[in-house]
Amino acid sequence: MGNDTGLQRGDMTGAKALWATLANHGITTVFGYPGGAIMPVYDALTFYPEVRHVLTRHEQGAAHAAEGWAKATGEIGVCMATSGPGATNLVTGLADAMLDSVPLLAITGNVARHLMGTDAFQEADITGITLPITKHNYVVREVEDLPRIIAEAIRIARSGRPGPVLVDIPKDIQLAAFHGEIPAPHARPEIPAPAPEAIERARDMLSGAKKPVMMVGGGALDAAPEITALARAWDIPVITTLMGLGAFPSSDPLWLGMPGMHGSVAANRAISEADVLLGIGLRFDDRVTGRVNGFAPGAAIIHIELDAAEIGKIIRTHVPVRGDAKVAARLLTEGARPIQTAEWRATLAEWTSRTETPGKWGAGYAVKAVVDRLSENDILSSDVGQHQMLAAQLARFEKPRRWINSGGLGTMGFGFPAAIGAGMAEPGVRSVVIAGDGGFQMTAQELATLKMYDIRNVKICVVNNSFLGMVRQWQEMFHEKRYSEVWLGDSNPDFLKLADAYDVPGYRATNAEELPAAIDAWLADPKSALLEVVVPHEHGVFPMVPAGAALYEMIETEPGRTPDLHDAMDKAAEEAKNA
Amino acid sequence: MSHTPPIDQLLSILVRDEPRVLTRITALFGRRGYNIRSLSVGNTEHPGISRMTIVVSGDRGVVEQAIKQLEKLHDVIKIIDHSLEKFVDRELVLVKVAITPESRVEVRQIAEDFRSRIVDVGRHALTFEVTGDEGKLTAFIEQMRPFGILETMRTGRIALTRGSNADIPAHVYHEGETETLRPVVEGIEAREERARGVPNLF
Ligand SMILES: Cc1ncc(C[n+]2csc(CCOP(=O)(O)OP(=O)(O)O)c2C)c(N)n1
Repeated sequence: MGNDTGLQRGDMTGAKALWATLANHGITTVFGYPGGAIMPVYDALTFYPEVRHVLTRHEQGAAHAAEGWAKATGEIGVCMATSGPGATNLVTGLADAMLDSVPLLAITGNVARHLMGTDAFQEADITGITLPITKHNYVVREVEDLPRIIAEAIRIARSGRPGPVLVDIPKDIQLAAFHGEIPAPHARPEIPAPAPEAIERARDMLSGAKKPVMMVGGGALDAAPEITALARAWDIPVITTLMGLGAFPSSDPLWLGMPGMHGSVAANRAISEADVLLGIGLRFDDRVTGRVNGFAPGAAIIHIELDAAEIGKIIRTHVPVRGDAKVAARLLTEGARPIQTAEWRATLAEWTSRTETPGKWGAGYAVKAVVDRLSENDILSSDVGQHQMLAAQLARFEKPRRWINSGGLGTMGFGFPAAIGAGMAEPGVRSVVIAGDGGFQMTAQELATLKMYDIRNVKICVVNNSFLGMVRQWQEMFHEKRYSEVWLGDSNPDFLKLADAYDVPGYRATNAEELPAAIDAWLADPKSALLEVVVPHEHGVFPMVPAGAALYEMIETEPGRTPDLHDAMDKAAEEAKNA
Repeated sequence: MSHTPPIDQLLSILVRDEPRVLTRITALFGRRGYNIRSLSVGNTEHPGISRMTIVVSGDRGVVEQAIKQLEKLHDVIKIIDHSLEKFVDRELVLVKVAITPESRVEVRQIAEDFRSRIVDVGRHALTFEVTGDEGKLTAFIEQMRPFGILETMRTGRIALTRGSNADIPAHVYHEGETETLRPVVEGIEAREERARGVPNLF
């Protein structure tokens, strides 16, 4: 192939301006996959050794790795793909980042401008496709705009409620001569401070509370110290959502666990009985609230949230507090007043004592054995399914940004590449992922990424129940055990051989006796390694609030007989209809 | 959320004049299930800024949520909520009415009563242009209906707040004073100037 740039090596092109802008913004790592429409960018990459490009084996892997990076560090993750199929392979990651408010910059190549709109080879209208799943997106139409757009995209992705931004760059713009300047990063915009009157009202509301509870979501992770101080100052029990795990130390006696569909008995009951509920940095997802009109039925709601559109969107709010969780928590702590919660704490203590400890050998047992061996510095990722809920229930988090999973979109295939991204962001830290046999196979090809970059700190645990376990549980409970298309057993690979094919060491445990030694060997291996835990086929995750039921209609333990369950479901459905 | 019967509410939205803005706005309404009754878009006195008037049908809760979601869009500069202040609104409609030698005079008389102009004369039809608020247009169409309406086309409503903007409380212009447009305009121009080397015209 000839040199289709027509430019000398030293000349500044759109492609070089892109890398220069990324480097200027302190971007050190980009996860991506090349192709025809982004080749000039990959060519220019060779002139920018300060930015490391990580070649994944699928663009979805690149997007999730960038998300893992961002979730572990709180900094922006960057991924890159060619036009058409490359770009569409990023879509799942973008949707995931959108729902979990992950700052992400996606850069895609596109066909040259004169070909856009002609159904050219590998053309896809990626800005059209990603319109509803990005915070904003751009097509670069003039090369002189490119660095400015990249800088703006980074600012938008990081500011306010973070999210993914996509920049689509036609190939001719990558090649065009660039004469402008490379912009410096935008200053981070100030986060609005909450209105003093709102804080005052919140304080008044809290001081009258007899049964207060705090509920903390993923939007408050970076306010963990302030939130901890706030809860302790007022003596308010704390619930952390799936996304908020780590925003409050699990070891604190005030911690009640996670709320929602697979939340703890204590958390769900506390919400159902509370008289004041203080929500911080969350959006009242339906997996958290259960049936909305049965959520916190007796509570006055205070909602501290940066994104105004989330206040009052799902749950009526009595005291809306718009602004930075850090500042709001600090202000509320300053005015802490003693409140009488002894009785409430006693009731909660009784409920907390009911926390399930998985006794029998099974997925829960295995997950607990693994998470009990982790330290508070380890990053724990999960894929999506029963193992995810078990990990969320059983793991203990003392610090924020040590728990990485796909909350809003529930993306199978997320966990492993996200753990790679997190592991690369923090090479000194162990990055452990718990996955199911189903989800791991959605992005298992990223084993090659471990091999290629000799990544040594990623530990994969595959909980193999031979089923798409979570779907099987629903079929068992709500479809009279008609196990439709959820059996994987016969066709699952030998996971150890699969790992071995990529030079990744493998360990296996098939019963409780083998497990401790297998975990030890797996964690002690100097390389990244895979542990397969073979568990019984049919195990459920409990407690569970059936879809459409209220939190107080939670099923606490694995039911012996399904008819009971159907009664409970029918009742919940009936109530939902009448409500 | 409240479940009061849906009513029509007018919003004006000032947006950056960039590709896909219309799609972004309508997609937001579509995805969240807010019903758009009419939508009109045009340039404003500021280059680079377009103005939309959207009639949303829904209760107050829907409109408030729509405003909050719109405010998050990078393209949206300002939202004016016309339900909070007096406004003038207009719509233009073209109506083609069938005529016969017998009805011709009567049709023309009705049109005159409505101060409507004839914009096209055919052998069997007259086309009228009427402007006014929604009630007037509806009344006009109802008056003409018995003669046989062959075609109509409405532009959708457009609206402006009454008075000089200085009279209008800040909360009507969502979350800002009436002057907040100026820095945005300056920003757009300065940016374009930087990017393209054109002089600042503000
Ligand atoms: C991409 C994608 N496809 C389908 C689903 C629906 N789904 C949710 S959980 C689940 C089963 C997961 O099975 P597995 O990975 O084996 O984990 P387990 O539940 O057995 O722990 C499925 C299919 C999903 N969340 N994501």
